[in-house]
Amino acid sequence: MNYEEILLIPPYSLDKEEKQKVMTDYLKELSCFHVDHSFEYKNIVDKLWGGKETLKMADSYYEFPFLSVSLFKKLELISVPKEEVVKTMTSSGTTGQQVSKIFLDRDTSSNQQKTLAKIVANFTGSQRMPMIIIDCPSVIKDRAMFSARGAGILGFSIFGSKKIYALDDDMKLNLAGIKQFLDEHKGENILLFGFTFMIWQHFYQELLKSEESLDLSNGILIHGGGWKKLTHEAVSKQHFKKSLKELCGIEKVYDYYGMVEQTGCIYMECECGHLHASIFSDVITRRMKDFSVCDIGQKGVIQVVSLLPKSYPGHSILTEDEGVILGEDDCACGRLGKYFEITGRIKNAEVRGCSDTYEQK
Amino acid sequence: MQKLGGAVILMNRNDVTILAGSETINRMAMQPFSGEVILFLDELSKRIRKNKEASLYPDVMTFGFFCRRANIESQKSKYDNLANRLGRGVVFHIAPSNVPINFAYSYVFGLLAGNSNVVRVSSKQFPQVYLLGDIMNEIFEDNKHQMIKEHTLIVEYARKKEITDWYSSICQSRVIWGGDQTIEEIRKSPLPPRSVELTFADRYSIGVISPEYILSLTEEELNRLANGFYNDTYLMDQNACSSPHLILWKKETAMSKDEFLKAKERFWQQVFEATKKYELADIKVSEKYSMLCEMTTSMKNIELVKRYENLLYVITLKSLMEAESKAKSKDDIRYRGKFGLFFETEIDSWEDLAPLIDEKVQTLAVAGIAPSKMQEIVLNNQWCGIDRIVPFGKTLDISLTWDGYDIISMLSRVVAIQ
Repeated sequence: MNYEEILLIPPYSLDKEEKQKVMTDYLKELSCFHVDHSFEYKNIVDKLWGGKETLKMADSYYEFPFLSVSLFKKLELISVPKEEVVKTMTSSGTTGQQVSKIFLDRDTSSNQQKTLAKIVANFTGSQRMPMIIIDCPSVIKDRAMFSARGAGILGFSIFGSKKIYALDDDMKLNLAGIKQFLDEHKGENILLFGFTFMIWQHFYQELLKSEESLDLSNGILIHGGGWKKLTHEAVSKQHFKKSLKELCGIEKVYDYYGMVEQTGCIYMECECGHLHASIFSDVITRRMKDFSVCDIGQKGVIQVVSLLPKSYPGHSILTEDEGVILGEDDCACGRLGKYFEITGRIKNAEVRGCSDTYEQK
Repeated sequence: MQKLGGAVILMNRNDVTILAGSETINRMAMQPFSGEVILFLDELSKRIRKNKEASLYPDVMTFGFFCRRANIESQKSKYDNLANRLGRGVVFHIAPSNVPINFAYSYVFGLLAGNSNVVRVSSKQFPQVYLLGDIMNEIFEDNKHQMIKEHTLIVEYARKKEITDWYSSICQSRVIWGGDQTIEEIRKSPLPPRSVELTFADRYSIGVISPEYILSLTEEELNRLANGFYNDTYLMDQNACSSPHLILWKKETAMSKDEFLKAKERFWQQVFEATKKYELADIKVSEKYSMLCEMTTSMKNIELVKRYENLLYVITLKSLMEAESKAKSKDDIRYRGKFGLFFETEIDSWEDLAPLIDEKVQTLAVAGIAPSKMQEIVLNNQWCGIDRIVPFGKTLDISLTWDGYDIISMLSRVVAIQ
């Protein structure tokens, strides 16, 4: 099957066996493509994974090579001629941190968009809606060099018929603008999108302080970017949802899990509160002792595989996130495929040794 | 703060915590290995070995064992020129942040050389440090070793330059552990003109193994060697200066290729067994696998990579020649692993080693090759690196000769006659 054909399959319609076949066939070919087109990837497959021959013999994508996610911060990995790169995306590291660099050609970039559209439409319906972006407009200024935040906003923007940014470039809440926007679209469903922490800090808390109210009972909020910062503030998933509901009546709140290294095939949270893998990608939890695969219900480090990355060898990545596969093909929401939860990041260990380690302030 | 006669008084400092010893330091120097010091250390040794909490920490117990009279006397017997020596005065020690018990050895070295000691312990709060402080205080409270107490000041303070400035300004010797960055930092605090400094910089270590020797070992001997190797490396996350990163195989005979591979596999397999007790945190695997991926893509002279689960990774290099050219292009492109990632290669002659040996190389661990033979090779070839040659299992054993320094001599002065 080529990617066009896979895109025609509804995103949560393949059971374990069917998905296994589609993914194994496609990823085998994709992995071989990267072996042939990325010198770095070839070296890793040859030296650490028994080469292309072993790959071809493998029965399942569970046995295919994976790269460490931090490798994208250290190396420029690319499987197409540099001239064909139309977009470079970077992870949203804080200042001073190394960021991942992801190179996209026209095809990969367009497939990311199409895939995202398929996945999100399964939750919001395929019609476009007025959209409130809970971020500031400057995030997407440079169209050739995207941060993860900018890429997320642009990706989701295709669902918006009319768009407004909820924050100005000083990160101030534009309450008057939002109110006017809501007035203009009374009775319509409203799509809201933003990063979890931004929503909490710059939207929810500011709105709370302003003592004004917004009626978002027709709203569908999609948010991602992780809970790390909110966990610091002791804000749980449940608390987040409840607070937003109480303040502006919003019922439909969907978290998603995704990363810049595999943009497009995000893992959306369903009505039951579970993150779901679509047919375009999968999650595998592994034991770090020997990289063996965890059982359902057992915590492990998350590997993500995706059919999308063609212009760079990011189709199989070992992340630094921990999670648990809760089940497969049997979520009460009716979607097939694995459903899971993210439980955190692997913890920093105290490293021994005689050379001092300095933490920079 | 003010100076008073021969003593140093530290006043009104809220940001310095005294863990043990006397606020008023006695500057009067002692003879190296003085009877008083030996008695005190023996007392310290006894109390450590009797202490229940101490038994929880192998590093504290090892230190306790080091301090016992028999060991100190035997160390003393290695010197034949002590009678005309005296300590230099006050030694200011800066302990490394990641090795809890290192401060205590540094302190003992200072005492044995005949000095008063101001010791800054690690800013990370290790229970071992407080425990030793408490045990020392117990001794001092019994009023038994008043003299030693006056030669002791164990302090804890956050990295604050003005405090380091002060202690530096009153010392006759400064001892800095903790590597290049710490040395650079501490050196911003000037020393009096006559004061000397001992710095323990970042180092690199390697090992040599004879394949014939590996094949000749009984299971039990092999097991002992593998556990020794484990202690040399995994015990400190392979992050100690003296932990070997690169293993060189040196055949003594015309051994067949199969035999050679058999020897290597026998060794690594046994090391793998020994590493099963290693606390392999997920983050360590993550970093180690990432490092392996990165090295695999960037190093051109890799022949083979073997993974023993995620506990042990061994990268076999085609030769050392690439390392040489790489070393010239980049600063620290040495074959350096982490959390149990090693390099190995075969060398035909000892001269093959030459390009690898610079002043950064500290320890050469040996198995099946006599240390004295290697010592001769280092001396005859006039290599500028390799300060110590020890059997595997002993690389972390700290001694009075370290990093090429004879510490007792460095921290004492000679009263000469002519």
